[in-house]
Amino acid sequence: MILLDRVTKTYSKAMGPALNRVSLHIEPKEFVIVVGQSGAGKTTLLRLLTREEMPSSGKIIIGGIDYDKLKDKDIPLVRRKIGVVFQDFKLLPNRSVFENVSFALEIVGASSHEIKNMVPRVLEIVNLKGKDKNMPLELSGGERQRVAIARAIVRQPRILIADEPTGNLDPKHAWDVIKVLEKINRFGTTVLLTTHNVAIVNKLKRRVVTLEHGKLTSDRAHASYKL
Amino acid sequence: MKRRLITFGRIIQTGVLNFMRNVGIAAAAIAVMVVTLTILLMSVVINSTFSNTIAQITSKIDISVYLKDSDSQTQVNKLLSDLKALPNTQSVQYLNKQQVLAQYEQQNAGNQQLQLAINETSNPLPATIHIKTKNLNEIAGIKSFLVKPDIAALQSNPPSYSGSLEKAINNITHATNILRELGVIAVIVFAVICALIIFNTIQMAIFNRRDEIQIMRLLGASTSYIRGPFVVESAIYGILAAVASILIINFLFVTASSTLQATTLGLLNIGYANNYFDDHFWLFLTMQIVIGIMIGAVSATIATRRYLKFKIK
Repeated sequence: MILLDRVTKTYSKAMGPALNRVSLHIEPKEFVIVVGQSGAGKTTLLRLLTREEMPSSGKIIIGGIDYDKLKDKDIPLVRRKIGVVFQDFKLLPNRSVFENVSFALEIVGASSHEIKNMVPRVLEIVNLKGKDKNMPLELSGGERQRVAIARAIVRQPRILIADEPTGNLDPKHAWDVIKVLEKINRFGTTVLLTTHNVAIVNKLKRRVVTLEHGKLTSDRAHASYKL
Repeated sequence: MKRRLITFGRIIQTGVLNFMRNVGIAAAAIAVMVVTLTILLMSVVINSTFSNTIAQITSKIDISVYLKDSDSQTQVNKLLSDLKALPNTQSVQYLNKQQVLAQYEQQNAGNQQLQLAINETSNPLPATIHIKTKNLNEIAGIKSFLVKPDIAALQSNPPSYSGSLEKAINNITHATNILRELGVIAVIVFAVICALIIFNTIQMAIFNRRDEIQIMRLLGASTSYIRGPFVVESAIYGILAAVASILIINFLFVTASSTLQATTLGLLNIGYANNYFDDHFWLFLTMQIVIGIMIGAVSATIATRRYLKFKIK
């Protein structure tokens, strides 16, 4: 599903590589947690997967698509196959919960009927039933993050990338978000979660990939983690 | 295909919504576009009005060639056929001495002293050829033919060129050419200013909506989906400016002519301009809208290309 082969990303020679010859293979329907301190290269890794960045060297293949051969005009098509959840939610403040989620469907040309059908179902999955008319500012941090997850999964992507989705949340709301991600994974979506929340990593008991100073230092199934 | 139509509909809808949100920022762009389109349409109408004035005066002008009494009919016939063969000749009319006299008497029917004077002498008026030209600006060809020695030998007096009218026509032609050139320059200058202001307006809109655009990109919106609403929004500026320019010109020609209570303003025949504008109203409206949309859409396309960078680092 996701293959990285000796991927290096260097922003400036003076600072050294943000990612250094990272190789990683993620199977379909896997739930993988990427851990590491701030500056370890987690966000760079996710930005490479969403094609916001190009690797300095190495190969990336996602869902059978070789990024080396991907043309600029085809980038949107790849992004539509990947759901992304951001640490800062990236919700549109002047649109309601329903509109924020439907936005992801609108840009791919979904009909009004499809939108009316899909959005309530997804809001139910993320436990936001009845909040569809609320504006983002009227929601708690956890609820906003669940709106972001609903937006990421409404197009039923095969891969969901969550970049520190619990970073701005208190433990209770953080755990609500993680439970939603687990639920989505049970439906068959490959989930790639980055976090430095030790409690979440240890409780989830999933495959853990550790990044340190841009290098992949460990890759273990059902691991626990210490900072 | 259905999804494309839905997406197209959403682009239009978003463009209209954005226009309503940004109408304050867009006012400057629309105002300059109104000036550009008004100058353009004014140039077209004034140019046509002057062309009409020139055509009308030209049709009244002829060249009169006065023949000698001694010219034989064979010489006259050859001269007539040679004149007809000249490229700028529209028509040639031959009047013999009696016909010229009859015409003269008819023109001066009220002047009895003149009638008496003519009757007391034998017919002093020469047989005359009246030549009408196709284009007054190319009269030189006929002039040079008439001054050839063998042709001049057949004439009793130098030909008449309706001199004062020719001068007036030259003045109008000169004024029309200057106005046409000024119009083209003004339209180009204002179109460029207009494009720059649209660039600025779109840059501000992109800046205001940079978060939304970034999210759209990350969610997989295509370039055309992001750019489309900006193009639609600018095209709406063009449509509004086109309608405003038509209203302004309508006011100038219709209202001003009735207020001034005159049919001409200097060399400009307001009556004709008014009728010309009325007759071609729908054509002009369509032309203005098409040009307005083009200025808006092309400017927006260039501006979004410049400010929305889709290249990946």
